[in-house]
Amino acid sequence: MSSGPTLTHFLVLGLILFLLGSYCALTRRNAIGILLGIELILNAANVNYVAFAFFSPVAKYDGQVFAIFVIMLAAAEAVIGLAIILAIYQNLRTIDVSANETLRD
Amino acid sequence: MNLALTVFYVLAAVTVLSALITAFSRNIVYSAFALFGSFAGVAGIYILLGADFLFIIQIFIYIGGILVVTIFAVMLTQAIADVNVSNRVVGMFPAFMVIAVVGAVMLYALTHTSWPHGPGATLVPTTYGIGNAFLGPYALPFEVASIVLLAALVGAIVISRQAARE
Repeated sequence: MSSGPTLTHFLVLGLILFLLGSYCALTRRNAIGILLGIELILNAANVNYVAFAFFSPVAKYDGQVFAIFVIMLAAAEAVIGLAIILAIYQNLRTIDVSANETLRD
Repeated sequence: MNLALTVFYVLAAVTVLSALITAFSRNIVYSAFALFGSFAGVAGIYILLGADFLFIIQIFIYIGGILVVTIFAVMLTQAIADVNVSNRVVGMFPAFMVIAVVGAVMLYALTHTSWPHGPGATLVPTTYGIGNAFLGPYALPFEVASIVLLAALVGAIVISRQAARE
């Protein structure tokens, strides 16, 4: 792996994924679109965890263990988020987050 | 350019192009399906980094679980083909400003930091080490994670039952 991809390659890939996910989560008004952006952000974090674990001189498995925790939390977040979105859709017939201002009033 | 670098660039191109479609597509269906390419590309990156167990976890949970549930939710909600209803985009300029500033700062930070850097791990099966980590130093977070999953399970059932009753 002397001339293979270095740690910086993977970190830049994670950065690009994080920025695209942030853009998606910031600009979407569809609640599912926001969830898609958050999934991209969590994937970017995982790429960084696994890259650091691979290139770390001491810790061999800690990064991968943390990546598994992130994946577990992403699954829980997706399930709860989509359940809430479907409940909102059943009540209000829209999942546009600008239109759902009932809680604010 | 050696083989590992070529494979990395191919996987990175697949991942980033799919993420671009996810972030910029005007149709929520295209966004959701493009996420498949992004997850699959990241799974390939895991293989390149010697994380075989994480590769399988990524395929099972992200592609087999989260993505299917997401597409299910996209199909269940209304007027998915209508762009103005399904995927309205607002505040593009402020969002561009934010991600430009954040991206510049993070790029500066990651190129100007000297990370503690080994030569890269040898490619051995990781399942044994991860299992030992979960039952050894990470036993308490592992148990807390199971409680979180149980709470998410019960919460999802409660929320969707209330929705179905009304």
